[in-house]
Amino acid sequence: MNWNSVSEFIHMGGYGLYVWGSYAMVAAVMILEVWQLRSRARAQDAASLLTQDGENV
Amino acid sequence: MNWFKYAAPQRFYPLAGILVTWCSVLATLLAIVGLTIGLLIAPTDFQQGESYRIIFIHVPASWMSMVIFVAMAFWSAIGLAFNARLAFMLARALAPTGALMCFLALWTGALWGKPTWGAWWVWDARLTSELILLFLYIGYLALHSTIQDTRRADRAAGLLALVGVVNVPIIYFSVKWWNTLHQGASVSVSAAPRMASIMLIGMLIMAIAFWLYAIATALARTRILIREREAQSAWIDSLEEQT
Repeated sequence: MNWNSVSEFIHMGGYGLYVWGSYAMVAAVMILEVWQLRSRARAQDAASLLTQDGENV
Repeated sequence: MNWFKYAAPQRFYPLAGILVTWCSVLATLLAIVGLTIGLLIAPTDFQQGESYRIIFIHVPASWMSMVIFVAMAFWSAIGLAFNARLAFMLARALAPTGALMCFLALWTGALWGKPTWGAWWVWDARLTSELILLFLYIGYLALHSTIQDTRRADRAAGLLALVGVVNVPIIYFSVKWWNTLHQGASVSVSAAPRMASIMLIGMLIMAIAFWLYAIATALARTRILIREREAQSAWIDSLEEQT
């Protein structure tokens, strides 16, 4: 463990902006990609349920 | 075991579903371990200070941007040679993840370059060839979306991937072939790694996590493409009963 306090960890020896700017962008991109894939899959599920209901009627 | 049976989209679909789950879980666990090592345990670099911690995501993203393009070219070649539907879908599904990895490599590189070199961007061979890779990804996706007929779009974009893959060795060897501001490889197959072992372990764990993430997202996208493209076939209708 390198850090004595949370603020030291966030400060990153003066490189906080660069380090957290990198990690935040990676996290944002990955969360968005996964969210987008999930919502597309859910939309397909909903659509196929609709057509099946249509056929049953 | 006959692996070719999974070349049929309806057999591949459930297999991909299982793989997506497992790869997602493993990627999450490894990312937790890798981030703990990278951000909490690994010591401060004596030359670069804390800014070096960016490499725990920069190197995996850069590797994946190249690996995914090679995989795209490979599946495009299989698709073109054997007219295999699933191979083309895999190639198309890899592209957005690869483009994002390429963007992340450039973004994290810029944020590392500013404090280390004093510039967000330089027209160095490594950086420029990586930027060209991003344009190739965008070109592949743009070309694919412009052509209405899916089979023709697959073939045209597949050809672009096959031609564009020549850029990958250029990126990889750029630090050897030219005098680049970008440093040489820290890890290579031919020489002992020039990094402290705990840093190396953290970086390799993150690299495996990125691999699994890329496999999971690409396969999840392949499943979506399968359902889109096979919408007219009867087996799609029976999916609801299975899942």
